[in-house]
Amino acid sequence: MDAEVLSRWQFGITTVYHFLFVPITIGITWLIAGMQTAWMRTRDDQWLRLVKFFAKLMLINFAAGVVTGIVQEFQFGMNWSEYSRFVGDIFGAPLALEALIAFFMESTFIGLWIFGWNRLPRALHLACIYLVALGSTASAAFILSANCWMQNPVGAVYNEAAGRAELSSFTDVLTNPFFLATFPHQIGASLMVAGALLLGVSGWWLAAKRREALADAGGQADVDTWRKSARLGAWVLLFAGAATLVSGDLQAQVETQYQPMKLAASEGLIEAEEGAPFSIVAIITTEGEGAETTYHKVLSIEVPYVLSVLAQHDPNATVQGIQDLRQQYLDEGYRDNDGEVNQLQEAFAAELRDMPVDPVPNVMVSFYSFRLMIALGCLAIGIGAVMLWLTRAGRVPGGGRLYTAVMVCLPFLPLFANSFGWIFTEMGRQPWIVYGVLPTAAGVSPGNSALDVLLTMVLYTLIYAAVAVVVLKLFIRTIREGLPELVAPAASDTDRPMSFAY
Amino acid sequence: MLTTMVPLQIPLDAGPLQIVWFFLIALLWTGFFFLEGFDFGVAMLYPVLGRDPRQRRVMINTIGPVWDGNEVWLLTAGGAMFAAFPGWYSTLFSALYLPLFLVLVGLIARGVSFEYRAKMPDDRWRNTFDTCASAGSFIVTLVLGIGFANLVRGLPVAPDTSAAFGAPNLFTGGFWSLFNPFGLLGGVLLVLLFCTHGAVFLALKTYGDVRERAMTVLRTLGPITVAVLAVFVLAACSVHGAGENPYLGTPAAVVMWAGGLGSVLALTAAVLAQRAERNGRAFFFTGVSIVTFFVMVFTKLYGTLGFVSEDPTNPITMVNASSSPHTLRLMTIFAVCIVPVVLGYQIWSYWVFRKRISSRELPEHENEPNEVPATDWT
Repeated sequence: MDAEVLSRWQFGITTVYHFLFVPITIGITWLIAGMQTAWMRTRDDQWLRLVKFFAKLMLINFAAGVVTGIVQEFQFGMNWSEYSRFVGDIFGAPLALEALIAFFMESTFIGLWIFGWNRLPRALHLACIYLVALGSTASAAFILSANCWMQNPVGAVYNEAAGRAELSSFTDVLTNPFFLATFPHQIGASLMVAGALLLGVSGWWLAAKRREALADAGGQADVDTWRKSARLGAWVLLFAGAATLVSGDLQAQVETQYQPMKLAASEGLIEAEEGAPFSIVAIITTEGEGAETTYHKVLSIEVPYVLSVLAQHDPNATVQGIQDLRQQYLDEGYRDNDGEVNQLQEAFAAELRDMPVDPVPNVMVSFYSFRLMIALGCLAIGIGAVMLWLTRAGRVPGGGRLYTAVMVCLPFLPLFANSFGWIFTEMGRQPWIVYGVLPTAAGVSPGNSALDVLLTMVLYTLIYAAVAVVVLKLFIRTIREGLPELVAPAASDTDRPMSFAY
Repeated sequence: MLTTMVPLQIPLDAGPLQIVWFFLIALLWTGFFFLEGFDFGVAMLYPVLGRDPRQRRVMINTIGPVWDGNEVWLLTAGGAMFAAFPGWYSTLFSALYLPLFLVLVGLIARGVSFEYRAKMPDDRWRNTFDTCASAGSFIVTLVLGIGFANLVRGLPVAPDTSAAFGAPNLFTGGFWSLFNPFGLLGGVLLVLLFCTHGAVFLALKTYGDVRERAMTVLRTLGPITVAVLAVFVLAACSVHGAGENPYLGTPAAVVMWAGGLGSVLALTAAVLAQRAERNGRAFFFTGVSIVTFFVMVFTKLYGTLGFVSEDPTNPITMVNASSSPHTLRLMTIFAVCIVPVVLGYQIWSYWVFRKRISSRELPEHENEPNEVPATDWT
C-alpha cells in the first residue's frame, strides 16, 4: 500500500473514532441544559440528580472527543498537505473560525460549569452549559460548512498562477445547498444519539429499580426520576428522528443534483432508469480492468419506483446509473445532474486531464453503509416509540432479558448510524477530495513515506483502543453507580470543597 | 558581534493584512505558550512537587478549570495558519510529520489523564494517569521546543516534483536532522522555562505544603533556567541571527536582541521576585519572559516563515504562502469582532477561580462522592 491509501485509512480510522464522541457531546449538552432548566423552574431536586448523573457521562465523553479532535485539525497539514495548499484559502477559514468561536466558548464555559457549581450564581451557571451546547453546535456548523464545500465546491474560483482554489463568496459557502441540508441532518442525528443514550440508560435503570421499589417503598423516588429521563429521551429520539428523516430526504435531493454518481453507487443503479426501483439488498460486481471496467448486478431485491421518489420526489423521474455517469465523466468530465459545472469545476477541468481518475466510488461500501445508516436510525426511532407506549400514564416496563438487551444496544444504534452515514458520505465522495475538482490522490503529502504513515496509523490505533477501553470502563462504572444520592445542603461557608474537583 | 548591523537584502512587499496575520499567528502561539506553558509545567512537576497524591491533587486543580481553554490557543494558532498562510501550514505540518505526531500523542495522554484520573477509586489507576500527564506534557514541550528552535535555525525546503499537482516547496531535512545541538537546546530550554513558569504559577495559586515545595524547587530551578535561556538567546541572536534572514534589516536585529535579552532579564527578575516571596510579581515576569522570548523567535521567522529554500528564485515566503486578500480581509473582520469577546470571557474565568487553594479545599474522597447536596432555594 502506498502513502495515499494508508493516509486514507488513517484519516478514516481517526475520524470515525473521533466521531463516536462528537454526536454524544453535541446532543447531550443540550439535554443537560434542558434538565438543568427544568430543575431551576420546578425546583425539583430529582432533576438535579439527573443533571449530575448525565454530566458525569458527558464529561467522560467530552474529554475523549476533545483529545481526538485535535488530531483532526493537524491531520490536514500532516497527511494532506497538497489538499491543504489547494483549498486553504477557503477551507482554512471555517476551521480557524471553529477554533476561535466554538472551541474557546465550549472549553472555557465547560470549565466554568464543572468547577462553578458553588461559585457562580445559579442563572449564570445555567447560562454556562447553554454556551457549551451552543459552542459544540457552532463547531458542527463550521466543520460541516467546510466538509460540504468539499462535497460541492461553491463560492470559489481557480487561481491558475497560484495553482489553487480561492474564495470568491463566503456567503455562497455558508448557503451551500449541501450545508443547508447536512447541518440539520447532523444536529438531528446527534440529538437522536443523546436521546437514545438517555432512554437506554434510564430504561435499563427503570426496570432494575422497579423490582427494588416493589420490595421497598424507598425506591419509588428513583423510579419516578428515571421515568422522567426515559420519557424525555424517548421524545427527543422521536422528534430528532423525524427531523433527521426530513433533512435526510432534503440531502438526497441535493446529492442527486450535485453528486449523481454517489447516488447511483449508493443505490447500486447500473444504467439510467425511468421510475427507478429501490434495492433493499444487492450484490454488484465488476468485470474488466481500468477503462474497460463494467458493472453488473448479480442479485437485487427491489421495490419499484421508490428510488425515483427518493431522488426527485417523482415516481417517473429518471435516475442516472453508474455506467452512464462513468462514460459521461470519461467523455466530458464531471457534470451535475443537469449537465452543469460550477466555476471552480470548469476552470480546473484543464488540469484534470493530466490526472486520470476513475469516477466510481466503492459501490458495495456506498450501498450498504447507506442502508445500515437508515436501518439503524429507524430501528432506534421505533424503539423510542415503543418505550413511550410502555411508559405511558405512569407505567413502568417490566424488564426481562430481551428488554435489557434492547436498552443496552439502543444508544449504539443511532451512534453507529452516524458512523455509517459518514462512511457513506465520505467513501461515496471518492475519488474526489474536492468534488469534481481535485482527486484524492493529488491531495496527499508527497513527502511522507508509506512507512511513516503506517507507523503512526498503528500507534494511533493502539492509543485509541486504550482510550476506548478506559472510556467504556468509566461509562459502565458510572452508569452502574446510578443516580447520586441527595444529602443535606452544606452550611454556606466559603471553605467548602470545590465541586467536581479532579 | 556586529550582527546588529544587518542590511535588508531583499524587499518582501508584504501586504498589510499579511503582516497583520503573521503578527496574529505569532500572538496566538505566544498566548498558547504563556497560558498552556504553566499547565505543562504543573503537570511536568508532579514527580518533583507532588510525591504525595494529595499534593498532586492540589496541583491539578489549580489548572483544572482552565487548561482546556488554554489548549484552544494552539488549535486557533493552527487554524489561523491554515486559513491565513495555507502554504506555511501545509509545508510545515507535513515537514514535521513525526514530531507533530508526538505532540498529538502527548496532548491526548495529558488531556485524558486530567479528566479520568479521579474517576476510579484506585491508586494504580490514578498514578498511571498522573504519569501519563507528566510524560505527555514533557513530550509536547520538548518537541515544540526542538521544533521552534529549528524554525529559528531554518528548515531546508526545495521544490518537489513528486507532488501530483504543482511543485510545492517541501522539507528536505528528514526527521533526524531536527535533533541538532541548537534544536536540542531549544527543547531543553522550553522544558525548563515551562517548569519554572508552572512552579511560579503553583506558588501563586496555592498555599500550604505545595506552595512551600514549589518555592524551594524554584531556588535551584530558577537560576538554571536563566542560564540555559541566556545561552540559547546568545546562540539565536548571534549564530542564527537576523542576518540569516534576507527580509530583515537592522531594526529587526535590534528587536531580536531586545526580545532575547529582555527575556533573560525578565526571567532574572522573576527569580529575584520569587526569592522575595512576591508570587504575583514573579508570575508576571515569567510571563513577560515567555512573551519576549517569542518576540525574538517570530521576528526571526518574519518573511521566511522559518524556511530556507534551496531554490532562491522560488522561495516560500510570507507573501506567496498567504491566502488571498479576500480571505484575509474576511478573517480580519471576524478576528476583530471575536477576539475581544474571547479574551473577555477567558479573563473572567480566571477571575472566577482566582483564589489560592490547598488540600483543605478538596473533597475528602479521592473520587467524587456519589452524592448531591439538596438545594436550599431560600
